[in-house]
Amino acid sequence: MQPQTLFWLLLALSAYGYYLGRKQALTVSGGKIRTLHSLPDYYGYYVALWCALPALAILSLWLLLDDKLILQWVLAELPPAYRNLPQDRLSLTVNVIYNLLAGERQAGDVDPALVQAAEHYRQLKSLGYQALTVLVLAGATAALTWARRRISPKLRARNRVETVIRIALLLSSVLAIFTTIGIVLSVLFEALRFFEMVSPLEFLFGLKWSPQIALRADQVGASGSFGFIPLLVGTLLITAIAMAVAAPLGLLSAVYLSEFARTRTRAIVKPLLEVLAGIPTVVYGFFAALVVAPWLRDFGAQLGLTISSESALAAGLVMGIMIIPFVSSLADDALTAVPRSLREGAYGLGATQAETITGVLLPAALPGIVSGMLLAVSRAIGETMIVVMAAGMTAKLTLNPLDSVTTITVQIVSLLVGDQEFDSPKTLAAFALGLTLFVITLGLNLVALHVVRKYREQYE
Amino acid sequence: MNNTLETVRAGLAHRRRRETRFRWYGRIAIFVSLAFLALLLTSIFARGYKAFWQTEIAVDVHLDPGELVPPTPEHLAQADLTGLVKRALREAFPAVKSRRQKRALYRLVSSAAPYQLRDYVLAHPQAIGRTVRLWLLAGADVDMYMKGYFDASAPESERRLKDYQIAWLERLKRENRLRLRFNRWFFLNGDSREPEQAGIQVALRGSIYMMLVTFALSFPLGIAAAVYLEEFAPRNNVWVDLIEININNLAAVPSIVFGLLGLAVFLGWFGLPRSTPLVGGLTLTLMTLPTVIIASRAALKAVPPSIRYAALGIGASPVQTVFHHVLPLALPGMLTGAIIGMARALGETAPLLMIGMVAFIVDPPRGLLDPATALPVQIYLWADSPERGFVERTSAAIVILLVFLGIMNLAAILLRKRLERRW
Repeated sequence: MQPQTLFWLLLALSAYGYYLGRKQALTVSGGKIRTLHSLPDYYGYYVALWCALPALAILSLWLLLDDKLILQWVLAELPPAYRNLPQDRLSLTVNVIYNLLAGERQAGDVDPALVQAAEHYRQLKSLGYQALTVLVLAGATAALTWARRRISPKLRARNRVETVIRIALLLSSVLAIFTTIGIVLSVLFEALRFFEMVSPLEFLFGLKWSPQIALRADQVGASGSFGFIPLLVGTLLITAIAMAVAAPLGLLSAVYLSEFARTRTRAIVKPLLEVLAGIPTVVYGFFAALVVAPWLRDFGAQLGLTISSESALAAGLVMGIMIIPFVSSLADDALTAVPRSLREGAYGLGATQAETITGVLLPAALPGIVSGMLLAVSRAIGETMIVVMAAGMTAKLTLNPLDSVTTITVQIVSLLVGDQEFDSPKTLAAFALGLTLFVITLGLNLVALHVVRKYREQYE
Repeated sequence: MNNTLETVRAGLAHRRRRETRFRWYGRIAIFVSLAFLALLLTSIFARGYKAFWQTEIAVDVHLDPGELVPPTPEHLAQADLTGLVKRALREAFPAVKSRRQKRALYRLVSSAAPYQLRDYVLAHPQAIGRTVRLWLLAGADVDMYMKGYFDASAPESERRLKDYQIAWLERLKRENRLRLRFNRWFFLNGDSREPEQAGIQVALRGSIYMMLVTFALSFPLGIAAAVYLEEFAPRNNVWVDLIEININNLAAVPSIVFGLLGLAVFLGWFGLPRSTPLVGGLTLTLMTLPTVIIASRAALKAVPPSIRYAALGIGASPVQTVFHHVLPLALPGMLTGAIIGMARALGETAPLLMIGMVAFIVDPPRGLLDPATALPVQIYLWADSPERGFVERTSAAIVILLVFLGIMNLAAILLRKRLERRW
């Protein structure tokens, strides 16, 4: 039986278990529900959980493991000529077997031993499914009967069920930790393989980035060099331009909206600004490449400047627009968090509104504003689509905003889109870049958190 | 004393000016930001709206029984339908003789014309043997001409259309054999190399499937995690703090890193198939989960403690209190947060590039395990295409994406307005 059908059957069975458990509880109570420890529903849930959970555990464990186990068996039965192959050739053989199974290859032009192996695989797999069906259904039925037998007025069904619920809740929140561990492990693991081929020192301090790998040994000028500095400089350049746009515009709009604007103006303008944050980044990228970059190029031509059609300026400018609402809403929060008494104190001393803002409110809100800026920087560094579409691909070590530069995220995309093989430094370099990106943004986020915690004024 | 007053008065004009200036800085900042927004939206709309119309050419095709009988799909797949279309075009313009001009003539209609002919014959087998007037999809250059993208005054060598081609089109126009119609192909077709045939069907379905997966996973998991952290987790516990910090940090991790995670874990370890909505949805789930958890916790915090005390007071267990009383009250807020998180996931592109959703796919996916692409990825792909016709397609796809996002955000706002409670 297919695992999917099995899954639905299992659910149906446990629904039946719920019905049986409830009925059993009512029978046992002899019609007087108050003699039961828990409400009748909980006895139903109790039986249903016993029926479903262990069986589901078996089912998912099987699905995770069966392919690998069966493959080991099949490979062990292959003729010795295959078994002693080196790792990469062996995985080619495995691919041939998989293709045979999927019917993508005619059996005629392959080694009969492999055809036999594929057949063997198929048999083992279907045998496995049969065993799984028997195991899961028998297990579920046995657990169901056992749980149903245990029902008595004294059984603390609610507490049992609630324990399971609590564990499920805990597990879902632990998922966040698993995600982080997953990110760190998967990225780190591949990055380490990259650093086996390229020394970390060359990566961190190298001044040249050209990830093309020679296809032939005698090819000229394509040895591949993985110096990360040009990418870092490009990223920081674009981030600096973006912040130069977003920081003043965002901060001033936040100040105006939270201090000067009437409630009605604020109610209209604030959501409009937030629309900027809701627009997908790919749209900004298109806008940058299609409208802003040509406009900048023509404008520069009139001034006698040569602006590349993929310039850091265009990408940075558009990214800055994207970040404005981010900066303004964080600054807004920080400003509103300053207590009224400070404001009124300043007015009482005769300060104008502008003087109150520059002299009292902004300094008081500074930790919040600084941490907001740092978060905005980390967002700009990690932003991908705008730079992919508007910044350029060639890694140049330049600080000229009119030139085209490339960034960490652009390189990750260009290294990983298209054909990939997981043992070339070219592909693995993307993971090294991903690791650096993760570390940089994580560092910025932690610093932002620290700034808020340490320097926040306590007004009580 | 008097002296101080003098000083203050002397400085007053200056201080007032500063005040006004400061206000104006704020206004200008807001004006500039909103002007950018207006520029962005108008430039995309102005480029995109024309893609919702499509040029069609009326051609009198002789449905030759020698080619078309029997009218079954298998037979028509073998028949020379292109030849019939070409013949019809030659008969419409008998003056065209040279080979080069003939080739230019055939290009007036799209390469999809034979398929239109096939569909017509399958639907009207009784018309075989007659000559019928069919409205065929025009080629991309004709479409561009009809929509006014051509500068006819430019030197002939720099134009995509030669003078004689323009003369043909003018003649067709006079004879009312050239028209602009609502572009249903744009919604029905998958990706194509020919701009006039390219549509968003595959991307739209892929996006919808991905949103279903993301919602089905991130909503229950997010609620469960928020309930644990807000209602059951012990206070001042190192592990709980660790989970909290982790969730906040994940919300700020660049989306492309989630793409790397999806690539390494779902494709690498679990061996799930590439380019599928399932993997895309799983990756986006991990990305949106922190947002959903944070929003759900805020919704739980907004439920006043008196509700909990009342429930506990009449003998409900903590789990019953949460599931029977607190959660129903917090659910609208949680749903709002989830919709906003989903709207962000819908526009996300970078992680999907990592898991191979950039593939060129023509057939709409029928399930979660069929290769598909997503709306923002389709936009990215078309934005890269050099053909001129793709600019308007890209803009039109963006308009659709923005409309979707608008609907989702509107739903979130309405939900919040409608279900908001004041305690």
